[in-house]
Amino acid sequence: MAECSFGLVGKGYVLIASDTSASRSIVKMKENEDKIKGLGPNLMMAYGGEPGDTIQFAEYVERNLRLYHIRHNHTLRPASAAAWIRRSLADSLRSRHPYSVNLILGGYDHTSSMPNLYWIDYLGTMVEVPFAAHGYGAYFALATLDRFHDPEATLEEGLETLKRCINEVEKRLIISLGKFMVKIIDRNGMREVEL
Amino acid sequence: MSRSYDRALTVFSPDGHLFQVEYAAEAVRKGTCAVGVRGKDVVVLGVEKKSVLQLQDPRTVRKVVMLDDHVCLAFAGLTADGRVLIDKARIECQSHRLTVEDPVSIEYITRHIAGIQQRYTQSGGVRPFGISTLIVGFDPQGAQPKLYMTEPSGIYSAWKANAIGRSSKTVREFLEKNHKDDMSRDETIKLTIKSLLEVVQTGAKNIEISVMEGFNKISSLDLAQIEAIVAEIEREKEQEAERKRTRLAATAASQAAMSAAASGPEVPPPEA
Repeated sequence: MAECSFGLVGKGYVLIASDTSASRSIVKMKENEDKIKGLGPNLMMAYGGEPGDTIQFAEYVERNLRLYHIRHNHTLRPASAAAWIRRSLADSLRSRHPYSVNLILGGYDHTSSMPNLYWIDYLGTMVEVPFAAHGYGAYFALATLDRFHDPEATLEEGLETLKRCINEVEKRLIISLGKFMVKIIDRNGMREVEL
Repeated sequence: MSRSYDRALTVFSPDGHLFQVEYAAEAVRKGTCAVGVRGKDVVVLGVEKKSVLQLQDPRTVRKVVMLDDHVCLAFAGLTADGRVLIDKARIECQSHRLTVEDPVSIEYITRHIAGIQQRYTQSGGVRPFGISTLIVGFDPQGAQPKLYMTEPSGIYSAWKANAIGRSSKTVREFLEKNHKDDMSRDETIKLTIKSLLEVVQTGAKNIEISVMEGFNKISSLDLAQIEAIVAEIEREKEQEAERKRTRLAATAASQAAMSAAASGPEVPPPEA
């Protein structure tokens, strides 16, 4: 639970930030873990939750979306991908061994030329949102995002808002989460950005 | 009753044949032709395209498909069977990545496809796949182009160049005569088209060419590019024919001269 990820939509882009720590109990095992997975040319997903479950589920999603791409010669649109991922989690929840994974899914829809952001949790809840947060960060940063988020913001302004959120977490949360990794998706695809 | 050997199940006939498998091979021979040629660091797939009907959307008819980023497949035979087999192969490609975090090697996926085809010759209540496939690509850690073929019986084999489908024997013999090791990209494409022209009378508009130049690097030629190469081949053929004609004429002339010289003394001297 000592994990934290944010997402926000700006003008023509979507940003996702995630902490980079891999921990077990109270011990930090690693501090440069990439927990944002690219799921194709126009989709990415930050994942958190039970270690092991997270990677297993993220790779399962990645391979299935790739299979869809190869079978149909085009990728799933973000909305469809989100629906499929949610359904997978909902089915998993009702199985004998459910995945315990929380996700923030960001994508750029080339059909509507709009960025999309989805908040999904392990219970199979899904909402499309202008900004999102998982983990302890949600307690501190949602108010900040309420105050500063602007769907028409430029990339610089978006990154500025994201920085405010991360600073808030660093300031108020009793444990330090270390560095954050930020990735962006816009019409040109996915890339990492420096905060 | 000899009839009972080719019904329902694939069972041996007394002389050791599996009729259903042989019929499947016959279905392949009726399918459109596909050619694969390996060059130095390129591998080319060429297929004979059936002319689409006037109102049909040509994009929905595919004979060359991607199995993964680095594997490409062409088939000859029953298209519907092909679709099923291709889907199984695509799932295996992703499943392999999921389990070992590596893309499949070309031999691995070929063996997998051939394995499925073999299973359908030995299981109850099923019939064999009526397709042969050419599988091309590059291994994850290799610069060597690969070319494999599978058959309905489940046989698979590696090739430098090969053809399947209608008149594949003619094309294979042409390839045997003309294939060289370490061909360049252009030479490989040209040989592919040239060999297809042996059986495709209608020329460029019924030929589809896919070129693979490395891991994840695949492109297909558009009609204008194919037409240009076909025109070049036609020109070369004409020049060759022209050379042959002049050579023939030359030898005929020299022979005539020789016979004239030999019979020279017998000709009575002109009256002066």
